[in-house]
Amino acid sequence: MAALKAQIVEQLNLQEVKPEEIGDDQPLFKEGLGLDSIDALELIVLLQQNYNIRIANPDQGPEIFRSVRTMAEFITAHQTKQ
Amino acid sequence: MGEVSITASCIIRQHRIYRNGELLWEASQDLNLQDFLRAAYDRFSGQYPKFHKMDHLCKLGWLAAEVLLKEPLNYPPAEVGLILANKSASLDTDLRYYDTVKEFPSPALFVYTLPNIVMGEISIRHGFKGENAFFTLDHFDTELVMSYVQQLFDENAIGAALCGWVEVMNEQYEVILHLVEKENKL
Repeated sequence: MAALKAQIVEQLNLQEVKPEEIGDDQPLFKEGLGLDSIDALELIVLLQQNYNIRIANPDQGPEIFRSVRTMAEFITAHQTKQ
Repeated sequence: MGEVSITASCIIRQHRIYRNGELLWEASQDLNLQDFLRAAYDRFSGQYPKFHKMDHLCKLGWLAAEVLLKEPLNYPPAEVGLILANKSASLDTDLRYYDTVKEFPSPALFVYTLPNIVMGEISIRHGFKGENAFFTLDHFDTELVMSYVQQLFDENAIGAALCGWVEVMNEQYEVILHLVEKENKL
């Protein structure tokens, strides 16, 4: 998950956040890391660009992007399928 | 009715920042624009992580407002408007966005492909809710902008405004921002 945290920091240009400061289960949006709707789109780009994973059902977004752990689990599951 | 009065000014050019004609800070001319903007942010603001997501146009206007508004305003934020102008609109960012379209279009860049977004960023920071307008002009047209502000003052639409020029194209930039307030006449 360390690599994914580094990718999130780079993709979202979070210059005042160090990857190791992001908790595995810390919420990414609202009271957690404070990401917004544009960041959500950038996370979708990250999945596509770095892992060649497209999100087929947009309704899954809140579940996938709840935390770094949920993102990592989603990536692992989809890479296994490929 | 009220007369237009310029009560403060900020100029950012050639890696120098002036407030009311006084040189406040000067960065090395060796810095590129991105590094100059980061250094200026560290010097005059900080604690606003969204700054790093902004494009160069927004960073320049936002920083100038940050420097300009160190003193409390005489009007509540809801009565402050913005009237800005530049030559290149958002072309600097439009071209960066176009480069990303070839592979993965960047949502974070796309949201800055309008020049008036800089006024939104300044308004969010300071809570401004007054009228705003952004003109694209070859040169700053003082008569146009001041008559526009005067009209807004006369209609009691706003009590103060940030007016000026926020231009950037590649590494070339210039910001001249004025705080204009209504002087009520008895």
